[in-house]
Amino acid sequence: MGAGETVEKNPGAVADTGGETAAVEAGLDALESPPRAAGRLPLGRVLREKALPPLAAAVLILLLWQGACAAHLKPDYLLPSPADVWRALSDQWYEGTLLSTVWNSVRRGALGFAVAVGLGTALGLLLSAMRTLRVAIGPVLSGLQSLPSVAWVPAAIVWFGLTDATLYAVVLLGAVPSVANGLLSGVDQVPPLYVRAGRTLGATGVSGVRHVLLPAALPGFLAGLKQGWAFSWRSLMAAELIASSPELGLGLGQLLESARSYQDMALVLASIAEILTVGVAVDLLLFAPVERRVLRSRGLAGARR
Amino acid sequence: MSETVLRVPSGAPVRPVPAPPAGRPAVRLTRVSKWFGTAGRQTVLEDVSLTVRRGEFLCVLGASGCGKSTLLNLVAGLDRPSAGDIDVSGGRRPALMFQEHALFPWLTAGRNIELALRLRGVPRRERREEALRLLELVRLKGAYGKRIHELSGGMRQRVALARALAQDGDVLLMDEPFAALDAITRDVLHEELARIWSERGLSVVFVTHNVREAVRLGRRVVLLSSRPGRIVGEWSAGDAPEAALTATITDALRKEIRRHGRR
Ligand SMILES: Nc1ncnc2c1ncn2[C@@H]1O[C@H](COP(=O)(O)OP(=O)(O)OP(=O)(O)O)[C@@H](O)[C@H]1O
Ligand SMILES: [Mg+2]
Repeated sequence: MGAGETVEKNPGAVADTGGETAAVEAGLDALESPPRAAGRLPLGRVLREKALPPLAAAVLILLLWQGACAAHLKPDYLLPSPADVWRALSDQWYEGTLLSTVWNSVRRGALGFAVAVGLGTALGLLLSAMRTLRVAIGPVLSGLQSLPSVAWVPAAIVWFGLTDATLYAVVLLGAVPSVANGLLSGVDQVPPLYVRAGRTLGATGVSGVRHVLLPAALPGFLAGLKQGWAFSWRSLMAAELIASSPELGLGLGQLLESARSYQDMALVLASIAEILTVGVAVDLLLFAPVERRVLRSRGLAGARR
Repeated sequence: MSETVLRVPSGAPVRPVPAPPAGRPAVRLTRVSKWFGTAGRQTVLEDVSLTVRRGEFLCVLGASGCGKSTLLNLVAGLDRPSAGDIDVSGGRRPALMFQEHALFPWLTAGRNIELALRLRGVPRRERREEALRLLELVRLKGAYGKRIHELSGGMRQRVALARALAQDGDVLLMDEPFAALDAITRDVLHEELARIWSERGLSVVFVTHNVREAVRLGRRVVLLSSRPGRIVGEWSAGDAPEAALTATITDALRKEIRRHGRR
């Protein structure tokens, strides 16, 4: 056996070809890297492709609505025209009640949601860590998720009276299960490989949860948060509709209920528009960008919308 | 019974290997067995005894499904042996490179390495510099801010190697880390790995089912049988020229695999 051959196959002996290796490697890297995505799309194109279609749809709906009013399909007091609804909105604005009403509801919704996120996350983590607890409570939690939280309103009124506590209780019962379940399903979908990789790096116990499990579960958790917000907002509206009293202060649900009792259809539609606007705005301004960022940074599909 | 006797390294040319400190071996497995399931238990590893010397590059060769990953998981401490002892020197947990890259997609390449440094207890202000140094070691300095999905397969494995090195253990376990790469990229990575191994004085256990790869990299090659996995052969790099050694080991591996067809 020649000495040369032995050196050839020895791992330590290839160091002298390092320069050549580096050059080949650099070439491979350049060839295999996907070209950087071209920067941001021009604003005009974004407007044309993203903003124009929903705007056109809205205009079309308004036109159909206006057409139905002009044709007198229903009497005015049942089907107010877009202009009537607009007038109801601007009356509210000039009376100075529009912002305060919306703010009352948004504040309750946001506070309730924030508490629900805290409780739901803690509950989700607890259940994911303790198998038997999960077997015991998991089905109840899923069941709660499909129970319309308006069903809790009568009970909450009996327990807490016509107070803020009633509203928050209903919001929490609606949102906590969604948040907890979102975290659970996010954790369930974490590839075991990441957990094992984390353990070999020394991320065990709490630091494993913090550095590996939670970030890995984030996409599923975000979906749970989004749903949790939707449930918070819906539950709050249901509670406000039923529980209205002067002490509670005027929220959107109470506005809707009082408009109904005065048979003011224009105001009814105006309040519905306000409720809808808040829901869409939170989704569009808060959740959509966060979700897009998270998915895009992980190279997951769905980043394009 | 399959006690493996260490061979004295052949008297072939002196290689640029960092002097192995005398004393305890890097890893020692004593009569390790592993089975899964309680009823009708399936024995995956049986009575495996193996010693990895400090600074040694050991290749474990075996057919698909023979228990190579199981073996590495045991050494890495991700799983416990059903019987026998595993002794890893140095206190620090061994680094493990997986078949797939196992980098965290929510972090950039650089942050992946910094996380490993952080978990090792490196202070915050030193982490970035150290991460860049490690990336430079695998010739990927430009990848610091890149997301994992922006890197090619070969680049991912190099970042994974850098992350494993960030643990700064003496022992590096590699589970077919290049199996999914094309031949040219694999060739290049072999050379990189060999360079880093000799520069750093690591003890490496490299698992593969590819005889050529094992002979090319390993100073010592052991062959694992299937069902149950036992050590059935051992060769040293100095035993024969590369081509002859490859042929011998391939023969042994095929014989081992044929044995199962006859049942
Ligand atoms: N957790 C487990 N439970 C039951 N059986 C297992 C478990 N892990 C591995 N096995 C079995 O052990 C055997 C060896 O698996 P292992 O993954 O170690 O093989 P391998 O040599 O790494 O294979 P490959 O070359 O395909 O990676 C397989 O038959 C597998 O089915
Ligand atoms: Mg394997």
